[in-house]
Amino acid sequence: MTGSPGGLDRDLAAAIAVTRFGLGAKPGELRTARDDPQAWLMAQIRPSVGADQPETPPADAAGRLIEFRDYQRRKREAEAAHQDFDPVKEVRKMIIADAGRDFLARTQLACATDAGFRERWALFWCNHFTVSASKAQVATLVGPFEAEAIRPHVFGRFEDMLVASSSHPAMLLYLDQAQSVGPDTMAASFLSRGGKKAGLNENLAREIMELHTVGVEAGYTQADVTEFARAMTGWSIGGLKEPDAGHFRFRPAAHEPGVRTIMGKAYPQPGMQQALAVMKDLAASPHTAHHVSLKLARHFVADDPPPSLVGRLQATFQGTSGDLGELAKTLVLAPEAWSPAAQKFKTPYEFLVSSWRAAGAAPAALPQLQILNALGQKPFSAPSPKGWPEDGETWCAPDAVIKRMAWAQALAAQSLDGRNPVQLAQDALGARLTPLVATAIQRAETREEGLAILLMSPEFQRR
Amino acid sequence: MTNAASAAPSRRQALAGALGLGVSIEFLGRKAFAAAERAAETRKLIVVICRGGMDGLSVSPPVGDPSYAALRGPIALPGFGSPGGALKLDDTFGLHPALASVHQLALKGEARIAPAVATPDRQRSHFEAQDVLENGRTTPYATDSGWLNRALQAMGPGKVKAMSVGATAPLVLRGPIEAASWSPGPGVGADPRLPTILADLYAHDPMLSRALASGLATEAEAKVAGADAKAALTPASAGPADTMTGMDAQANAGGATLRPVLRQGLPVARQLGATLAGFMVEPGGPQVAAVSIDGFDTHANQGASQGLIATRLAYLDAMLDGVAKGMGAGWKDAAVAVVTEFGRTARVNGTNGTDHGTASTALLLGGALKKGGIVGDWPTLSPAKLFENRDTAPTLDMRALFKGLLAGQFGIDRRALDTLVFPDSAAAAPTAGLIA
Repeated sequence: MTGSPGGLDRDLAAAIAVTRFGLGAKPGELRTARDDPQAWLMAQIRPSVGADQPETPPADAAGRLIEFRDYQRRKREAEAAHQDFDPVKEVRKMIIADAGRDFLARTQLACATDAGFRERWALFWCNHFTVSASKAQVATLVGPFEAEAIRPHVFGRFEDMLVASSSHPAMLLYLDQAQSVGPDTMAASFLSRGGKKAGLNENLAREIMELHTVGVEAGYTQADVTEFARAMTGWSIGGLKEPDAGHFRFRPAAHEPGVRTIMGKAYPQPGMQQALAVMKDLAASPHTAHHVSLKLARHFVADDPPPSLVGRLQATFQGTSGDLGELAKTLVLAPEAWSPAAQKFKTPYEFLVSSWRAAGAAPAALPQLQILNALGQKPFSAPSPKGWPEDGETWCAPDAVIKRMAWAQALAAQSLDGRNPVQLAQDALGARLTPLVATAIQRAETREEGLAILLMSPEFQRR
Repeated sequence: MTNAASAAPSRRQALAGALGLGVSIEFLGRKAFAAAERAAETRKLIVVICRGGMDGLSVSPPVGDPSYAALRGPIALPGFGSPGGALKLDDTFGLHPALASVHQLALKGEARIAPAVATPDRQRSHFEAQDVLENGRTTPYATDSGWLNRALQAMGPGKVKAMSVGATAPLVLRGPIEAASWSPGPGVGADPRLPTILADLYAHDPMLSRALASGLATEAEAKVAGADAKAALTPASAGPADTMTGMDAQANAGGATLRPVLRQGLPVARQLGATLAGFMVEPGGPQVAAVSIDGFDTHANQGASQGLIATRLAYLDAMLDGVAKGMGAGWKDAAVAVVTEFGRTARVNGTNGTDHGTASTALLLGGALKKGGIVGDWPTLSPAKLFENRDTAPTLDMRALFKGLLAGQFGIDRRALDTLVFPDSAAAAPTAGLIA
């Protein structure tokens, strides 16, 4: 069942397995994968455990949330007392300490792991269910979100990941669900008596439909979005004085009563069960199978992927009720995924991680990741709920190529340590190294220049 | 602040700068500029895309509309003359108080509003609407090129250049004509041979090859056009702290953004506008440019004269002020369009914010503008007039607005506008009377 797909030369298959499916080759990795490249990938699929965790034990969202609420309280008190309190400085300190540590640990895991495919698969799902530090109160929760809602489920059922994501405090805050209140509820009348405004917020409901599940081509209407938002009311977070502080909490008093109709189907379920029933149907929709399959094919294979590959993935998704481990296996076995032409242009994060792996290095401290800002991919800060863009045209902007070039020179200067760049090139690209690039590296004036040429070569920039 | 306009470098200086980087003259890809072309090339168009769905009713609050205050509740702007009130444009409309520089321009007839403009998209999805705004078609994902790039094609080869500001390339400028891009940063690095070696290796990779050539040319210009301004923007201020802080309080939509720069404050936003202007007024500088700002997706606690949206509009105002001043004498021939993918709900929502809507305000600025009142009709906010009982109703097609600017600024003919730049858009006639 496994082996070299489609009669591909084994060295080339190993290079594709490690660079396209994985995160780029560390020295020696191609030799390990060469015995049986497909089996090497299959062995990384781990349904019972899920993805690796950047830290053991990972930081916990509830604790981080309590910490942030405490900061807000101190800020209010200091302001009320006209004390000297710099909220920007304070929140910055907290974000650096927490989110900075999480992002560094995640990057170090990516640079060091022997299971690059497993980690790329996890990063795909982190981006599919984006929460972003662009919202300050979410910044310290992005790492815990990935650890708690995504990583355990990446080879499990899609529906489980959808529910885990949609009920996680980071998502509930990022897309404003936590404060959405059914207009005809006790909570709404209580809040309005207290002079507070309370009502519906449709942000999370819309993005679950549009981005996480069926996609706009499913043809739902504004009324469907609003109905789903009503079904979602009550999905909230435990307050500081409640026993489940900082954790998901369903608030029956905020849940809009009544039957909801979404995309033609009636949902009579009470309370929290109502939104769960909607999510179950959304997860099982053929539109979701297509939407997710297209995104996967785009991420792993090409910006404009072969329809036959999308069809293959979609058939597995539908045939297994969204079993993501089976989906990963289908991807590994799909002949379209092994086309020799490297069509994907690396995102900045992929470029950095694969460069460090090629050099056998890893970032030791947060400032080394600052280059991501300049390259347009600020840590944990996707520009929108849609996540980071996937296409080469976005990332291969003139300015970005210049900045990659400057960074490649700096990395070469810091980390080459007397090693031979020709050997590093063979270790990094294997059978994908072209004679043109190999010659250019050989002819480099300095070893550092040789490594910079490798990192900036079209073969390395693409995967 | 360096006044890039008064310090406009000569071509010779630009070439010297390029050679100093080890860049061959071919990389610059410039034709000699004939004297006859000089007059036309001073015409400039900058498109500023405010991503996330900018709330038109906050940008240009219709405080004179009888329905406005009730619909908006706590996020309504106070009337003219009140503390934190709207800055008066006419009896109905004002500008948000954070847009003070834009208001100053409006008083001189150099800024106008189109208060009910929308793209043909009605889905209320950020991503689809931004795609339609930039691709110039009626449906999302219909094409890989942007209308501004196709406008360059219509203007003929070799005469104009385009650039975007930001680390990634926005769709509006993507397409067959290569556009430059630039953002503050460390430059090309130390090894002068590397660009030439890579240019050879990229010979069979058109995407990388075009990007490298364009990037090198722009770096060469940056060295002379905005060297000082650039130094101020380069992350001297971006210590380790700035790598991680996300102070902006809202989710945002969009690709390339200026958020890391904008966070550094209003002076830096102003400087960034001035640097872009410096690039454009340089001899042979780009005639069109695109800039994105995000942070306008104000679902909760958007505020009125203070708060979330006020902060974003203050950034926008500072950048536009930088552009206007940085253009110097060139401002008289410049036009700037500030647009967004959709407006927001007319009613405040349950969380003191607004949800995705339809029509919004476009700001038009520049010395090239014809003086006049609002652009397009105002549908009013009376309940019967709201689109789907929810949003400001669109009365003007965004494409008509862009076509009016392209026709007025660059003389692109109607046929090219209706077919090449905005395909199948004959029904959306170019808005007349925008450019003097």
